Amino acid sequence: MALLEIRDVVMRLGETPVLNHLTMEFWAGHVHALVGPNGAGKSTLANTIMGLFGYTAFEGDIVYDGESLKGVPVDERARRGITLAWQEPARFQGLPVHKYIRAGAKDPSDDRVDQALLKVGLDPRTYRDRACDRTLSGGERKRVEIAALLAMEPRVVLMDEPDSGIDIQAINHIFDAIQFFKQNGATVILITHSLPVLQQAEHAFLLCNGRLRDKGPISKIENYFAENCIMCATPNEPEKRQGAWQ
Amino acid sequence: MTLVDQNDIDAIWQSIGMAEHKHEDDVVKITVSGNRVLGAHLLPGVEVDADEKPDGVAVNFRILDEAFIAKPIQLCFGVMPETGMQHIELNLNIGENSRASVVAHCTFPNAVDVVHRMDAVINVGRGACYSYFERHVHGPAGGVTVVPKAKIHLGADARFKTEFELIKGRVGVMDIDYEAECEAGSVIELIARIIGAGDDRVKINETAHLRGERSRAFLQSYLALKHDAFAEVYNTVTAHADGAKGHVDCKEIVQGRAVARAVPIVDVRHPGAHVTHEAAIGSVDSKQLQTLLARGLDEEAATDLIIEGMLG
Ligand SMILES: Nc1ncnc2c1ncn2[C@@H]1O[C@H](COP(=O)(O)OP(=O)(O)OP(=O)(O)O)[C@@H](O)[C@H]1O
Ligand SMILES: [Mg+2]
Repeated sequence: MALLEIRDVVMRLGETPVLNHLTMEFWAGHVHALVGPNGAGKSTLANTIMGLFGYTAFEGDIVYDGESLKGVPVDERARRGITLAWQEPARFQGLPVHKYIRAGAKDPSDDRVDQALLKVGLDPRTYRDRACDRTLSGGERKRVEIAALLAMEPRVVLMDEPDSGIDIQAINHIFDAIQFFKQNGATVILITHSLPVLQQAEHAFLLCNGRLRDKGPISKIENYFAENCIMCATPNEPEKRQGAWQ
Repeated sequence: MTLVDQNDIDAIWQSIGMAEHKHEDDVVKITVSGNRVLGAHLLPGVEVDADEKPDGVAVNFRILDEAFIAKPIQLCFGVMPETGMQHIELNLNIGENSRASVVAHCTFPNAVDVVHRMDAVINVGRGACYSYFERHVHGPAGGVTVVPKAKIHLGADARFKTEFELIKGRVGVMDIDYEAECEAGSVIELIARIIGAGDDRVKINETAHLRGERSRAFLQSYLALKHDAFAEVYNTVTAHADGAKGHVDCKEIVQGRAVARAVPIVDVRHPGAHVTHEAAIGSVDSKQLQTLLARGLDEEAATDLIIEGMLG
């Protein structure tokens, strides 16, 4: 059974619907990818699932573990097991990395924090006491974020472009983390523009202009990358496209 | 100096959680409770004489020229009863080319109506390097009026850094007023970190006059306010000489009905001087907050963690 269901969701930001009658299912112990051009609505969908400020008013329903998430605040969703890693993680002045990781950790022990750092390839002796602020490089900050997710042991992990700013060696640590979540029975949802990240997934959804254009095993959706979006001849032009796809 | 009652000394250090340091012989330590100097442990290079007054003490504190005091000097000013007045008149002379740092603990754990007033004259001699860290430990009820005033003079190439921290317990009323004159090549840093709640009132007035060439000042005030707390921060840097550089940084996080006001004043009187300022007042950053909410912290815990990082 699906752990998370998007049921005919319409979300408007301003006038136009940014999510337009989306219906999707996400399964426990599976890795899913959301792909599609800039502005397609991928981040909006992730923010809506997380229930972030400004993303709570939508039509349709989002059902998690058999219950509607409507009206459930962000922190309660997180305590029920849903979490999100932003494309650009927030910086926290003066907050040591170990405290940051510990804050959301299921087991807040020193060992657990160190293990999480090791898993993303950061030496705890070097990074534990670093501040989670602008002095971390972009890639380091993103790896700390993944470490925080690992320590949290979530049931649904939303990752918005997990590879952006990550070097080619460190990307393997991110991939390990993704597979680790999956092995532990979590539902992973990756938002990506990159083929190697897409290939971490088993199922993919192609969004364009707020609509679900296609879905299936990644072998099918990979064509979207290979053929440079020819499936969708008029990306993000609603009037022209809507006729063609409805 | 008067009799030393070890029990009184222990009580006051215990109130700030530092009882375990009492046997360190290589640390200068002075304990003042109310108007009594309970104990003073000195080392070569440090001279202190103190006069007990009806409502406090007058302390002459000297670091001799060229002295190097390796470990931070520990001062403890406390008022243990619920009510009382403690007026510290401090005359501080930091000798030329000396090096010393002071950690001053001010503890009023039971205060209902306590006034702690400090009038300090601080002279940092040529080439000296001196830092002063004042940490306040107040009880949960506030009940303290803290009025520290300091007139500071920095000789040529002297360095002086003062940090004022009140992040445990309630403020009560706080009125900080520091004014510094800085000669050529000297560096001053005035830093305040304060958390206010309830009906706390905080006023910070810090001024640095960069008189000498290449003198530098950095004024930083970080405050977090909630409930009905009120704070006003006046940070002023005046620059009068070539190569003088200053920066004023004021950050205040307000929650609930709290009110914050920041007035950075930059007064530059030499074309070769450069002074900048930034002031930010607002609620906690939304992305930071939502990040921690998305880890399962509730809003209060998330806000506290953000503030702890910022002020800690
Ligand atoms: N707060 C907002 N108000 C109005 N429009 C918004 C708002 N946030 C996003 N949008 C619009 O919604 C659309 C979807 O944005 P979204 O960020 O979800 O795209 P995305 O698929 O994540 O794109 P990218 O690949 O560039 O990250 C875009 O056209 C964007 O401009
Ligand atoms: Mg996006």
